[in-house]
Amino acid sequence: MIEAGAAAPGFTLRDHTGSEVSLEDFRGRTAVLVFYPADFSPTCTDQLSVYQEVLGEFEERDATLLGISVDGSFCHKAFREHLGTEIPLLADFHPKGEVARAYGVWSDEYGVAGRALVMVGPDGTVEWSYMSPPLEVPGANLIFDALDQRTPA
Amino acid sequence: MVIEYADLECPYCAQAHLILKELPVTRVFRHFPVVSKHPRARVLAAAAEAAGLQGHFWDMHDSLLEDQGHLDDPHLWERARELGLDLDRFEQDRRSEAVEARVGTDFRSGIRAGVATTPTQFLHGRAHPGVPGASFRDALRSSPR
Repeated sequence: MIEAGAAAPGFTLRDHTGSEVSLEDFRGRTAVLVFYPADFSPTCTDQLSVYQEVLGEFEERDATLLGISVDGSFCHKAFREHLGTEIPLLADFHPKGEVARAYGVWSDEYGVAGRALVMVGPDGTVEWSYMSPPLEVPGANLIFDALDQRTPA
Repeated sequence: MVIEYADLECPYCAQAHLILKELPVTRVFRHFPVVSKHPRARVLAAAAEAAGLQGHFWDMHDSLLEDQGHLDDPHLWERARELGLDLDRFEQDRRSEAVEARVGTDFRSGIRAGVATTPTQFLHGRAHPGVPGASFRDALRSSPR
């Protein structure tokens, strides 16, 4: 998977409302890309629900979380409503998994993205990345630790 | 000793409770309310803490987890009455900043410890996410260091 120091591959994806969202839009802020396998799967539900609870703390640190899976916009819309989450969800839908491949987090075996976190700094450089072991949910602490350890601007 | 991070509106936590209460282990409870999943989670956590201020934390904890079909305010008052709590004090305490802070401290400690699902049990410093199963029982049998 992509590692710290690499330039984060740019992308433009449709979000849960069908609007286009680009990585470029987050220049000057920190974007935390949360790749996950599938909307509505029990594990992903837990993961995003817990992140939702600490979203305010990420905001305070100028970090925006972006969920990315291969599910389409309408599915994302339903999943967001189901979760009651405010995390934007992006559809890596067509060509399927193109962004996950660009970040090296694609699982060919399952045809979905792995459960991975990629922190992109304000200048568009990858500052930290993490791939979870299967069936393990990465805690929000990992993201906070990464934010703590970043090199000061 | 097991440290449990749980949400009082979470059915898996209720299941975990029924298993843990039969095991020979001291239980330490920490609140991990996930409101986006369980809208009443923080309200229930505060109710248990308010009962705790009158010496009945575990009674309220057991009562909530063992009957998750009745979690609205009138049900909480009924539970408080059954436990013999001073109802006015209970009402005041469960809305107090001190109780909110207490629940928040628990939650943040869970985030720092990497809790990402409820329930999560910590035994001998290791996390056991989910309803306690065979691996948890094995860990419990092995001697603590």
